[in-house]
Amino acid sequence: MIDLAPYVIALPLAGALLLLIFGKRIGEAAGIVASAAIGVPFLLALAMLVDLLGLHAEERSVIVTTFEWIEVGDFEAAARLLVDPLSIVMVLVVTGVGTLIHIYSIGYMHGEARYARFFSYMNLFAASMLLLVLADNLLLLYVGWEGVGLCSYLLIGFWFERPAAANAAKKAFIVNRVGDFSFLIGIFVLSASAGSLAVGQVNAEAGGMAAGVATAAALLLFGGATGKSAQIPLYVWLPDAMEGPTPVSALIHAATMVTAGVYMIARFSPVFEASGGPALLVVAWIGALTALWAGLLATAEYDIKRVLAYSTVSQLGYMFLALGVGAYSVAIFHLVTHAFFKALMFLGAGSVMHSLKGETDMRRMGGLRKAMPVTGWTFMMGWLAISGIIPFSGFFSKDAILASAWHEGQFLLWLIGAVTAALTAFYMSRLYFRVFEGKLVTPGNLHVHDAPPSMAAALLPLGALAVIGGAINLPGALTLEVFLEPAVGHSEVPGGIVPWILGAIALVAGVAGIAAARFLYALPSGQKPLETLHERFSPLVNATQHKFYVDELYGRAIVLPGKALASFCANFLDARIVDGAVNGVAWLVGQSSWALRRVQTGYIRNYALTFLFGVVVAFSLLAFRGVL
Amino acid sequence: MSVAPGYYLALAGLMFSVGVVGALTRRNAIVIFMFIELMLNAINLIFVTFSRMWGHVDGQILVFFVLVVAAAEVVVGLAIILVISRRRGTANVDDVSLLKW
Amino acid sequence: MNLEYFVFGVMFVMALGASLAMLFARNAVHAALFLVVTQVALALGFLLQGAFFVAAVQIILYAGAIMVLFLFVIMLLGVDTREALIDPLPGQRPLAIGLGGLLAAEILWVAVRGVELAAGGEDQATALTELNQNPGNVKALAAELFSRYLLPFEATSVLLVVAIVGVMVLARRIGRVPNTGTGAESASGSDKEGAAA
Repeated sequence: MIDLAPYVIALPLAGALLLLIFGKRIGEAAGIVASAAIGVPFLLALAMLVDLLGLHAEERSVIVTTFEWIEVGDFEAAARLLVDPLSIVMVLVVTGVGTLIHIYSIGYMHGEARYARFFSYMNLFAASMLLLVLADNLLLLYVGWEGVGLCSYLLIGFWFERPAAANAAKKAFIVNRVGDFSFLIGIFVLSASAGSLAVGQVNAEAGGMAAGVATAAALLLFGGATGKSAQIPLYVWLPDAMEGPTPVSALIHAATMVTAGVYMIARFSPVFEASGGPALLVVAWIGALTALWAGLLATAEYDIKRVLAYSTVSQLGYMFLALGVGAYSVAIFHLVTHAFFKALMFLGAGSVMHSLKGETDMRRMGGLRKAMPVTGWTFMMGWLAISGIIPFSGFFSKDAILASAWHEGQFLLWLIGAVTAALTAFYMSRLYFRVFEGKLVTPGNLHVHDAPPSMAAALLPLGALAVIGGAINLPGALTLEVFLEPAVGHSEVPGGIVPWILGAIALVAGVAGIAAARFLYALPSGQKPLETLHERFSPLVNATQHKFYVDELYGRAIVLPGKALASFCANFLDARIVDGAVNGVAWLVGQSSWALRRVQTGYIRNYALTFLFGVVVAFSLLAFRGVL
Repeated sequence: MSVAPGYYLALAGLMFSVGVVGALTRRNAIVIFMFIELMLNAINLIFVTFSRMWGHVDGQILVFFVLVVAAAEVVVGLAIILVISRRRGTANVDDVSLLKW
Repeated sequence: MNLEYFVFGVMFVMALGASLAMLFARNAVHAALFLVVTQVALALGFLLQGAFFVAAVQIILYAGAIMVLFLFVIMLLGVDTREALIDPLPGQRPLAIGLGGLLAAEILWVAVRGVELAAGGEDQATALTELNQNPGNVKALAAELFSRYLLPFEATSVLLVVAIVGVMVLARRIGRVPNTGTGAESASGSDKEGAAA
């Protein structure tokens, strides 16, 4: 079964091509075709998992060669796929959550003009993401990396008639490009020092690399991860990416593409380890700070999708924090649970938008749980999970991260993580209370209906997974960590009473956040403590509502100089110098032709004179050959 | 002691040059033609001199051919000049300057 | 004093003098007549070198037929106007004279120097004289002409025929009929194209 790994990538790719070419003719069935193109790989992945479990733990690293791709002199890059615990977990997440989201989209995108095109792009994305996680080779991984970037652009800008969407797509692509550039340089460094780009070889050679080289490579790779996984300083594209259709936000910007950076660092953990301390420390600190920063920004957003977007950035920060303290499998654990509850919440938000005719401002909604039970109750599951309430999945994964940070002696990072946990619970509860609880409020007093069956078919399984998903790595059994050991190395399990205390603290933080939100937003007595808060801290509130002016800063510091440079190149270098040179040559030709054309006097006698001149020259050449 | 052939060649050369200068300097088409005939005559002299130098009659045969071709050429050329100057009313070669830039 | 040298001298002066006179003649008919004188002088030169037949042909053909043709055409066109002295094209005259002089100098240089290097003078000249006696100039020419040079001979006869036909087509005169004439009279309508050629 494992040999069929190429089909995991080939099926969605085929689906994408099929829908691209025959989309108009397939019509309504496009959604089913696309879902099948991802559903079958999911089943295939399950079979591959079974096969993998049948092998001994040390042997669980199978390489499937498809074809020889590049062979130039000493450099070789083969199209090989690596099937091991880490990649199979990622494949399962991508195909599993992906299938549910595709099914959801059948209902959500119904009636859309470019229906088949949407599913084609989604399938293409899935194929690229699967290529990314299955690649055995950094170059092949980069192909998938770029592919998901492209699909992200296509899907964010799906409704390209809207300028906001087109701009958001451009922003996403360009910001990602900066990260990709860093990633590419990192690949060059690794290729030069490891002599090859194959995963196994790079990781094996990592130990022998000089600390400086490893650090450089690791930081460059992390640069790419900050772009794709929206960390400081390249997170600015993710909130704007919410202009795309909600299933896109759920799949790409919650569950899969943004996790590519996390996967990449976990995959190449030996390189990061080899750098000694600095690289991993940078990763951990940026992760923690991003988590805190994004959490703050989320508290001021009124657009429900943007709250979820910042929440994603924040949770990704947690994952990087885990990676930074060496707890790679814990980061993957959080990746999986986050995929469950974040995708769930995005789909829930999509359901709300679907029935409220596209409304996203939480100030114009209220009390929707009674009117939309399926959506409301599943969203509640996601909310509780992300807030880290026991026994939901988010509690276990977030707690594991904080415990690992404490265990590695990074107390400051632990503190930031704990504060952010409270903050996370706070803003998510704010969202939940304002949208789903209290009095029923709808824009224009619309009659709301719950999610249609195709959409509910995705919400319910995800809701269940958000609840029980923690089971894959319960403390004690630690199934996932053990499973991932051959791929990412051993992580110590802290023993004793400390983990329990830390868990309790995390739980308390979550509850505190919820309580604060309830106090500010959902007090049944009708008090309005929120206004007093806003008055007291108005400058801070203002700054937060303006996203701390980060976009404006980037605009001034980077975009404006860039535009100036482009203008200089276009108007001066190109128009004056290059065009000038070309036009100058033409002018020269024209001038010389004007001068030379006077030879054509039209008088035969002048021409005869020219003959005579030629005759004299020829004659002298012949006559004086011997003399001269 | 007969006259050295070099003198004949010298004479022919001078005549040829006179013909060249005349062809380039005069403006009447027919007169230009006559100077061309002068050049051909000089060539004839050269051929005959060569025939004498080499001791066989090939040079003289070539003179024949030059003569015949000159005749044909004169005929056709004069016909053309005739037609052109009837059309334009002038035999001045400088008036036929359509190829001017 | 050798008679041959004397005759050569006369011939030299006649030929060169007539050519130069031709150069300065302002009237076309004068120029034609000077050319005739040149050709007669050249015939004398041919005689001196033992080319008897060619000398005769030169007088009969060149001076007698071709030059007459020239004179006929001059008469037809009525070119008796005097050419202006000043050359309208700038630089043409000085350049022509200069280059022509240069050419003359070069030819002279070659002629005087090169001839000595050619095959020896006297022996070959006597060979020609012997041929003239036996089998005779005309017979010798004929023997060569109709054996080795038969192809060029035939080719030149074709050339003459072509020239004749071409001239007849070129110079046909219409009976001054306007262009929009009836079919029969504009049978030579194509002559307009011939005239425009």
